[in-house]
Amino acid sequence: MALLQIAEPGQSTAPHEHRLAVGIDLGTTNSLVATVRNGIAVVLNDEHGRSLLPSVVRYRPDGSVQVGYEAQAQASLDPHNTIISVKRFMGRGIKDLPDVATLPYHFVDAPGMVQIKTAAGVKSPVEVSAEILRALKRRAEAALGGELIGAVITVPAYFDDAQRQATKDAARLAGLNVLRLLNEPTAAAIAYGLDNAAEGIYAVYDLGGGTFDFSILRLTKGVFEVMATSGDSALGGDDFDRRIYCWILEQAGLHAVTDHDKALLLAKAREAKEMLSEQPAVRITAVLSSGELIDLTLTEDTFNAMTESLVTKTLQPCRKALRDAGLKPADIKGVVMVGGSTRIPRIQAAVGEFFGQTPLNNLDPDKVVALGAAMQANVLAGNKGQDDWLLLDVVPLSLGIETMGGLVEKIIPRNSTIPLARAQEFTTFKDGQTAMMIHVVQGERELVSDCRSLARFELRGIPPMVAGAARVRVTFQVDADGLLSVTARELSTGVEAHIEVKPSYGLTDEEIARMLQDSYAHASEDMAARNLAEARVDGQRLLEATRSALATDGEALLSAEERAVIESLVAALERALAGDDLKAIKQATDALNQGTVEFAARRMDASVKRALTGHRLEEIDV
Amino acid sequence: MLDFNRNHFELFGLRPAFRLNRSEIDRAYREIQTEIHPDRFAHAGEAEQRLAMQWTARVNEAYATLREPFERARYLLELNGVQAMDARNTAMPADFLMQQMAWRERLEQAKAQADIASLQGLDQEVRAQADALERELAELIDERHDYAQAAETLRKYRFVDKLLAEVEAAYDEIEG
Repeated sequence: MALLQIAEPGQSTAPHEHRLAVGIDLGTTNSLVATVRNGIAVVLNDEHGRSLLPSVVRYRPDGSVQVGYEAQAQASLDPHNTIISVKRFMGRGIKDLPDVATLPYHFVDAPGMVQIKTAAGVKSPVEVSAEILRALKRRAEAALGGELIGAVITVPAYFDDAQRQATKDAARLAGLNVLRLLNEPTAAAIAYGLDNAAEGIYAVYDLGGGTFDFSILRLTKGVFEVMATSGDSALGGDDFDRRIYCWILEQAGLHAVTDHDKALLLAKAREAKEMLSEQPAVRITAVLSSGELIDLTLTEDTFNAMTESLVTKTLQPCRKALRDAGLKPADIKGVVMVGGSTRIPRIQAAVGEFFGQTPLNNLDPDKVVALGAAMQANVLAGNKGQDDWLLLDVVPLSLGIETMGGLVEKIIPRNSTIPLARAQEFTTFKDGQTAMMIHVVQGERELVSDCRSLARFELRGIPPMVAGAARVRVTFQVDADGLLSVTARELSTGVEAHIEVKPSYGLTDEEIARMLQDSYAHASEDMAARNLAEARVDGQRLLEATRSALATDGEALLSAEERAVIESLVAALERALAGDDLKAIKQATDALNQGTVEFAARRMDASVKRALTGHRLEEIDV
Repeated sequence: MLDFNRNHFELFGLRPAFRLNRSEIDRAYREIQTEIHPDRFAHAGEAEQRLAMQWTARVNEAYATLREPFERARYLLELNGVQAMDARNTAMPADFLMQQMAWRERLEQAKAQADIASLQGLDQEVRAQADALERELAELIDERHDYAQAAETLRKYRFVDKLLAEVEAAYDEIEG
């Protein structure tokens, strides 16, 4: 048997053979980072051997930041500056948050997304999340001994476009190259399916700290196909804690409590919930700031009674997804349980009852998402795995635009497989109308006011015509991360007005740059070094991709002259990469990109032909 | 060069027909995706990634059309020069419309009374008619090649299909 190799600390493990990539589960309550090492997915621990990183960030007046256990320990002492469950605020305006009054933070309403006033200044949820990601990045680079080439970051399947965009922005801010935003239940399905060589239709019931997802997947010969997904992006373990917290207040006859006491009692509530998964009753004790003593006993029955409506609420999305997929509970071969909250015995029982089978618990519900993300990161980084698999995911919520009367015209229905592009034509309402407002919304309801507004933009320069004569084609494109871009074009006169939008809540590149600068003010890294490093990684990646494409298909698809042109561009990029000139590296990278467009097209053509040939051969067999 | 204009059936290597085995469509889809999906090109150059994305979007579009009976039929008729959903073609047999209205009344009633059992009863009846219309479409398109007649059947099918979607939505509404 071959011995396993261990690299010297601080040194990269064979940089050209294994590209360092991680999967990150950016959770409401806890976050994790995992990687594939020697073909096996493992969670990376911190220096104390702990795998979880509490998703808690504390800002101090001197601008320094604490993340994780350190911050969590200070939560009840410094509640205003210690941000817990920031994931609930991602991509959300103040009016979207149902419990603003009960939260200890000083919210600042900003267009698109709330911000929080802290001792270190006003922070957006994107910046707070970036701190968590930065901590995980540092942990991973210390454990793996090298710089990461990228990360797969998981998001709740039911996250809308605003929440996804915010997550991607946070990763950029943390200096992570996002290989993919991956839906949490899908990540869990990968980890479970590959571990158990599963085939057939499986469901994933994922109750996290602040979000609930339910997905149905078909696993066929290495293809993971999401058939339907549903959920509630504002329902999770936190809600169970709050029920206990309210019960404590009621039992102790408390009306108003200080922010300090609230943080303390919420922590006690959470502890009690976790213990109730192991034992039938739990004692809750606490000393409030007034000196008052709380001493209560909570039984499992009481807990179940007060949280029954939450459990029932999770079954609605299950029913909806089953209907969308045209399935019955009995069609599901197994239900994979994900998220710490699924340890609650009543939840296990309710899910078992609904599907008529015992749920699957053989993977750690806290780790399964990060492990699946690590497996996908390994594949996307270009490290050949033993298993070849493919993920086909969907968009969770319908996308459309506003038409006359405040109605929504759906352009992309929910559960459509991504990536995808779909176009629809619209026309003018008035004679001589030269502009058109395009309002992009997401949601299932018919009225615009009931859906989430993603972006508004104007298409100008439509030639004056009678009403109904203009033909405006609106194209929706959803990429593999589930992110939307929209273009509109006037067709009838051949005059093209064209605009690309990034939804309004998304940060602009300038904003990201400013935030990066801010964060570097407190770090040793500097911007120019960062830019050079990034350009180098991009250039290196393109170089490797081109070399490997030339080796496989250069002979068959290129003439000698064509090949010589590409090789000279390769050589030029190699020369640029040997130096430190950022501009030269970027130019040589662009030139090679441009120079390989035709070659790329031929390679794609060959791939499609290969797929069809394979298929036709089977056809003849039938 | 690649021909984005190849029709959906050609793209999937399938005979253009309404009567298609769903598992055949699924298999062709999976085979093509396995070759062209962007994940297969995650570490390739920019140009290849962009092409993979465009192709996958194109294949997803074809799959969405081929797997849904309504979309598949409409597409087949379009390939044969018949615009089945043309706004000028709205005539419907009176007895068919009467039936639709009766069903809609029952739907509203079931919704008002939050009556799941009666909703399920309605669901089954409407589904039976949808199945019958699908068989009719198959015969008209695949055997008799009577596309004009098929267009009329398809318009009926559209009514029934929409009603089924509303029945689905009603389940959501009743169950919360």
